[in-house]
Amino acid sequence: MTAAATNTTPTTKLTVRDLCVYYGEKKGVGPVTMDIAERHVTAFIGPSGCGKSTFLRSLNRMNELIPGCRIQGEVELDGDAIYGPGVDPVTVRRRIGMVFQRSNPFPKSIAENVAYGLRIGGLKDEREIAMRVERALQHAALWDEVKDRLNDNALGLSGGQQQRLCIARALAVEPEVLLMDEPASALDPIATAHIEELINEISSDYTVVIVTHNMQQAARVADYTAFFYMGELVEFDRTDVLFTKPSNQRTEDYITGRFG
Amino acid sequence: MAKGLDGDMRTLTSREHTNREYEQELRRLREQLLLMGAKVEEIIRGSIRALTERDTAVAEQMIAFDKKINQLELEIDEQCMQILARRQPVASDLRFITMALKLVTDLERIGDLGVNISERVVELNAEPPLKPYVDMPNMAREVQEMLHEALDAFVAADADRAQRVIVRDRNVDAYYTQIFRELLTYMMEDPRNIFRATRLQSIAKYLERIGDHVTNLGEMVVFMVKGKDIRHGGRQSDANGA
Repeated sequence: MTAAATNTTPTTKLTVRDLCVYYGEKKGVGPVTMDIAERHVTAFIGPSGCGKSTFLRSLNRMNELIPGCRIQGEVELDGDAIYGPGVDPVTVRRRIGMVFQRSNPFPKSIAENVAYGLRIGGLKDEREIAMRVERALQHAALWDEVKDRLNDNALGLSGGQQQRLCIARALAVEPEVLLMDEPASALDPIATAHIEELINEISSDYTVVIVTHNMQQAARVADYTAFFYMGELVEFDRTDVLFTKPSNQRTEDYITGRFG
Repeated sequence: MAKGLDGDMRTLTSREHTNREYEQELRRLREQLLLMGAKVEEIIRGSIRALTERDTAVAEQMIAFDKKINQLELEIDEQCMQILARRQPVASDLRFITMALKLVTDLERIGDLGVNISERVVELNAEPPLKPYVDMPNMAREVQEMLHEALDAFVAADADRAQRVIVRDRNVDAYYTQIFRELLTYMMEDPRNIFRATRLQSIAKYLERIGDHVTNLGEMVVFMVKGKDIRHGGRQSDANGA
């Protein structure tokens, strides 16, 4: 957790107003209103099916890829409506990157995985690409482990390394926000610790939003934590407050293990 | 930003943990704390009786009794360590465990002060009485009641009751000042009174200290229930309304 969460109010990076996500007629989550702090880590916790991942995906317009999905309300990135008319979802996703639960490297070399987004974006200068690949790998705390085998196939990396590679790939295009959907839930404790350390590191440059099933993980990495339950945002507060003195009984019951 | 959204949904039902074994561990810890509290009350009650009834035998019993309290302190510490290591408690559970760790320290000290009273009683009983006790039994009663109330507030998780205990510490301090002043006059009157008067003054001081420890207990109960630290006028973050 970064020290900044203590006193001064940070700048808002993402502003969410009355956001509702529907799957057909059924409401998946909402209405949610919250401000997500710039260069801080915000975690979403809650039981399965509570809407936290749905909400996360609506922050970079990933839900539109799901048939029958409909969005109401507003999300602003630095004051720009990401669902505004004429806004290209691809541009939004370039500014707001995403990392998934299962690491999904391409069957290419380590370097090409990280370079992929840059090449798609039209970057051709090989020296520039090599430089940004290195920087992304360093940001993702993977550089030291792979610098001597950048041309090896990425699928030969361990699970934890693959996940950090995916984070490097997301960081290579220099997004402003990084969304992470259970980024460590398929990893062993040491690989998890690497990811958590990395989240802490990158939060000085990026706004990080993480969905996690592991409450202790939220307590460890997040500056702010939001608790979702049955499609509703129940409580959103500083992590240190939420885990010692939650103000809602349902939050208390959930985090202390008194649910169900 | 960052506000808890509602407080009105709060239902004050005390639900049980999904994990029954964890629930049992917390219950066992609570019972051990209460047992320790009861034993501390007993040692104070016995020591006061030994003083007012000049009963050396009871005083000696109380001195030996302290071992049981010390043993409980070790057991409770161990239980708290185990729960912290294995359950990673949060929210009200975390406040309960951290409070339990501190509560035992204060309870153990109160027990020690009870022993100190009995030790002074043994010395006093070897001499003829200096004077009839007037304020001392009143002071002792006030301290005992406060201790009892603090433990009840803990059992009932009643922050208001704990607050009322905290306020009463003033009465104890006033008794101490009064007794000290009176004993001084005895000592000035006749140097042969000094041995007994200093013993009595020590006892009054022990009672006054017990009052302080009981005040700590009250503050811990408030913290456990409300999550609000009221020691030293409250922390900065509470003052900010965080």
